[in-house]
Amino acid sequence: MSFIAKPRIDHPGLPKNALGLTRRDYEGSMSTLCAGCGHDSVTAAIVEAVWGLAIRPEQVAKLSGIGCSSKTTAYFVGGGHGFNAVHGRMPSIATGAIAANRDLYYIGVSGDGDTLSIGFGQFAHAIRRNIDMLYIIENNGVYGLTKGQFSASADIGSQAKRGEVNLQPPVDPVLTALTLGCTFVARSFSGDKQQLVPLIQAGLQHRGFALIDVLSPCVTFNDHEGSTKSWRYVRENYEEVVHADYVAAAREITVDYAAGEATEVRLHDGGRIVLRKLDASYDPTHRGRALNYLREKLRQGEHVTGLIYIDQKSPEFHEVNNTSDMPINRIPYERLTPGAKGLAKILSRYR
Amino acid sequence: MQATDTGDPSWFHRVVDCQWACPAHTDVPEYIRLIAQGRFADAYLVNRASNVFPGILGRVCDRPCEPACRRGRVEAKPVAICRLKRVAADRRDEHQSDIRERLPRAPAVKNGKRIACIGAGPASLTVANDLMPLGYEVTVFEKWGAPGGLMRTNIPGFRLPARVLDEEIGYILDMGVDLRLNTPISSLRALLDSGEYHAVFVGSGAPKGKDLDLPDRHAPAAVGHIHIGIDWLEAVAFGHTHSVGRRVLIIGVGNTAMDCCRTALRLGAAEVKVMARKPRGFFKASDWELEDAEEENVEIVVNHAPQRFVVRDGRLAGMIFERMEYELDDSGRIRAQRAVGEAFFPCEDVILAIGQENAFPWIEDDLGLEFDAWHRPKVDPDTFQSTRPGVFFGGDAAFGPKNIIWAVEHGHQAAISIHRYCHGLPVEERPQPTLKLESRKMGLHEWAYKNDYAPFERRLMPHVGLKERFKKLDIEVELGFTAEQAAAEAARCLNCDVQTVFDARLCIECDACVDICPVDCLTMVANGSESEVRTRLKAPALEPTQPLFVSAPLKHTGRVMVKDENLCVHCGLCAERCPTAAWDMQKSTIGIAYAGDGIPPCSTLQTRKRA
Ligand SMILES: Cc1cc2nc3c(=O)[nH]c(=O)nc-3n(C[C@H](O)[C@H](O)[C@H](O)COP(=O)(O)OP(=O)(O)OC[C@H]3O[C@@H](n4cnc5c(N)ncnc54)[C@H](O)[C@@H]3O)c2cc1C
Ligand SMILES: Cc1ncc(C[n+]2csc(CCOP(=O)(O)OP(=O)(O)O)c2C)c(N)n1
Ligand code: SF4
Ligand code: SF4
Ligand code: SF4
Ligand SMILES: [Mg+2]
Repeated sequence: MSFIAKPRIDHPGLPKNALGLTRRDYEGSMSTLCAGCGHDSVTAAIVEAVWGLAIRPEQVAKLSGIGCSSKTTAYFVGGGHGFNAVHGRMPSIATGAIAANRDLYYIGVSGDGDTLSIGFGQFAHAIRRNIDMLYIIENNGVYGLTKGQFSASADIGSQAKRGEVNLQPPVDPVLTALTLGCTFVARSFSGDKQQLVPLIQAGLQHRGFALIDVLSPCVTFNDHEGSTKSWRYVRENYEEVVHADYVAAAREITVDYAAGEATEVRLHDGGRIVLRKLDASYDPTHRGRALNYLREKLRQGEHVTGLIYIDQKSPEFHEVNNTSDMPINRIPYERLTPGAKGLAKILSRYR
Repeated sequence: MQATDTGDPSWFHRVVDCQWACPAHTDVPEYIRLIAQGRFADAYLVNRASNVFPGILGRVCDRPCEPACRRGRVEAKPVAICRLKRVAADRRDEHQSDIRERLPRAPAVKNGKRIACIGAGPASLTVANDLMPLGYEVTVFEKWGAPGGLMRTNIPGFRLPARVLDEEIGYILDMGVDLRLNTPISSLRALLDSGEYHAVFVGSGAPKGKDLDLPDRHAPAAVGHIHIGIDWLEAVAFGHTHSVGRRVLIIGVGNTAMDCCRTALRLGAAEVKVMARKPRGFFKASDWELEDAEEENVEIVVNHAPQRFVVRDGRLAGMIFERMEYELDDSGRIRAQRAVGEAFFPCEDVILAIGQENAFPWIEDDLGLEFDAWHRPKVDPDTFQSTRPGVFFGGDAAFGPKNIIWAVEHGHQAAISIHRYCHGLPVEERPQPTLKLESRKMGLHEWAYKNDYAPFERRLMPHVGLKERFKKLDIEVELGFTAEQAAAEAARCLNCDVQTVFDARLCIECDACVDICPVDCLTMVANGSESEVRTRLKAPALEPTQPLFVSAPLKHTGRVMVKDENLCVHCGLCAERCPTAAWDMQKSTIGIAYAGDGIPPCSTLQTRKRA
């Protein structure tokens, strides 16, 4: 936390995106999180990713629940729309907003507490409905905002700062999402922007529910010896299995990949996600094998990261529910409301 | 890249761009902070310690610090460092006690060494300033009837009032300097042979103005109307010249030309033209001197090369010039030039301002003093000793015309050499600068300096009205900053001496500092060669001359923390955001060495009264 605002002076060599905006045009208000919190790094990655996609700030809707993580929607894309829901209820707000307006990019930011405890049911149904949003869990294994109680993602044997050891098995959001049929499942680390930024971009362009579980250390309550979510532990025990790069429709792939190393997934907007497998035996388009692989690695105490699973074929929320193409705030009032006579007619159907 | 050795005082000194660029290494950010606190006397004394003449330099310094100032890279315009110096001088008696009580004093008991200084310009005066407190007896010989050198005889009173000169020169003389006015030295041999002095310092300047030998230069009707610029200014300064013709041509476009044209206006000339051989951009005059002259309606005529003087009807009628055309290459250098015709400019007087040279008619050939092809003495650039041990040079006399602040720095260095020479120590061994670092951390989010970025633009210096200023020859044009202007301008300084100090052992690589830096100075990268690392920084490294800081390898990943010093605004946000205090904001103080440093005072060399 800082008392002075980040001064509005730019590096004169700062690159501009297609809209002529710099990264700094995508910042939000000053963070009030603890210095060194992983969540601030995720914020910086979101800024970088949205800037890189040249999305107009007002095309972004930011949604969150309660927690340190959920506070961060105030810290990026200051020009976007925002809704800070009650604890664990962000998915239902998101579902409503998405149903009403499909023209926005939806970024939900939640915590392991917000998602895996009080909001677990909401989370599951958002996945099941395959609503078109990017859902980021800033996962630190504790309730940061309420001073560091174990959350549902705390690993067995992980030690709290006060010394007690967690004995209950964790809920792994990635495994959970895979079993629930999630169409884009990724894990990343707040200390690895090279991995995280393109994943955020891919998730934003994915049609349907994109989950990124970001290991994001709580520097105040869960960064000690004995913690399995500390900066040091995560850094030593994370393994990237598939690296994803998002390439926009108009752009050529400029990175050279060794033959057979990279595969492409075409997105509905014409863009591509280029996947680079770091473990040749892994297949990110096979749900069953992905699950087995993760379980195996979990037993070895590894955090598997990267784009773990992607499915572009399953229908998403709008298709299934035949929602309006036009955001309902642009539909003329007369067309939106049936009028007194129309309403009477509708009601009569139920009599 | 090798990890940066921040223990070397020059590392952090370089980050303070202004102090690094100042020949005398004035501690600029320190005095600017003192001004902001209203501690004007303290600010004055910080200045005086290094540049000796804050009131003079706050008006007429060449300001090499300003083009170097970091604010000029972050924004368009540098901090008005020079004009803030004048604020310290103008207001030094507000709030605090008389600075006179705090000036260096000469001890009553002398050390028995006598030094002769030739010329009473800034170089000699600095030597006296540094040696008097150490117990030396310093004698200054001056050709003219007043001390100050070119500051007195050439820099016009409308830029530098005599009162300011008298005061600051007085502070030195009052230590008991033996000043001998109207005493030109006509033979160095005689001075050396007298055996009176243990060492001699030559600070006689570069007194010879260049002439322009074109047809009719010496025609009897013209000769009294063609003037050598520096001699003419001198004649004006001493009240020998009171008037000039209605139309005046100035040849040359350096700073001397600017003083000549503005002086001519004040002596009654109605039409003054400065004739430049080359286009703008090739002018030697400082931008601000050009601006001030043009504000007074001096016309600057470019691309005219003087050809001959024209005498008609028994008087100087004007000059003929060749009109020039230049072809420039991409980097702005002249590739080709040609004359495209002639032009006549009528005038009553011509003033030649095309440069100065050294001249030492009073130095005999066989004294063991060697000269180079340009009649300049061979002087060691570090010790300022000539080829004859015990004879030192400094100021314009050493390497040709420069400026006051260089003369001062030469004086400091020569004083160090003289002190060592008189102690029988080798002059080549110099006392080294020291470095002191002190944390500015006060509380969780509090720092003992103002770290918020002040978005003000550079303040404009208020001037006396265009009519008013010509009423007398010596009405000072610049009024000095108002209190409000001074406060705003002081807030523009970025405190470059409050350094970002990094401890690689503490860093947990959380990215907080990298993310928060408003100007993208920081990157954590795998190490490589400098040219290669520069391509992988978070924001492009724009200034190859600005150094990169490179840390020791970091604990978790073995990467290194790299900081491009170029645009750092010293806001301290990296240190505020760092959870482990791996970054800290620490004030660096560079201890510049002076004559007394490095040699313990011996009993006869006692400098301070014992309490
Ligand atoms: C027109 C003009 C304007 C200038 N404006 C500026 C400016 O705005 N800012 C700036 O920084 N610099 C300016 N300068 C340059 C600056 O004045 C000089 O660089 C500086 O004064 C040099 O100092 P010095 O001590 O080496 O010598 P000087 O100032 O030249 O002093 C030398 C002294 O030695 C005396 N002397 C010479 N020979 C003898 C002898 N044989 N015996 C006894 N005495 C002798 C001279 O009379 C003179 O007083 C200007 C110069 C000129 C010509
Ligand atoms: C309905 C309700 N119950 C409990 C709380 C208290 N509470 C605030 S934040 C929080 C947990 C946040 O944990 P997480 O989502 O992991 O966020 P973090 O702070 O760790 O980023 C809890 C239980 C609340 N605000 N509202
Ligand atoms: S308590 Fe933990 S999660 Fe919350 S801001 Fe501080 S470091 Fe971040
Ligand atoms: S900003 Fe201040 S400290 Fe930095 S170079 Fe400019 S004057 Fe010097
Ligand atoms: S904020 Fe501190 S701990 Fe974090 S990366 Fe920067 S220096 Fe390292
Ligand atoms: Mg949490």
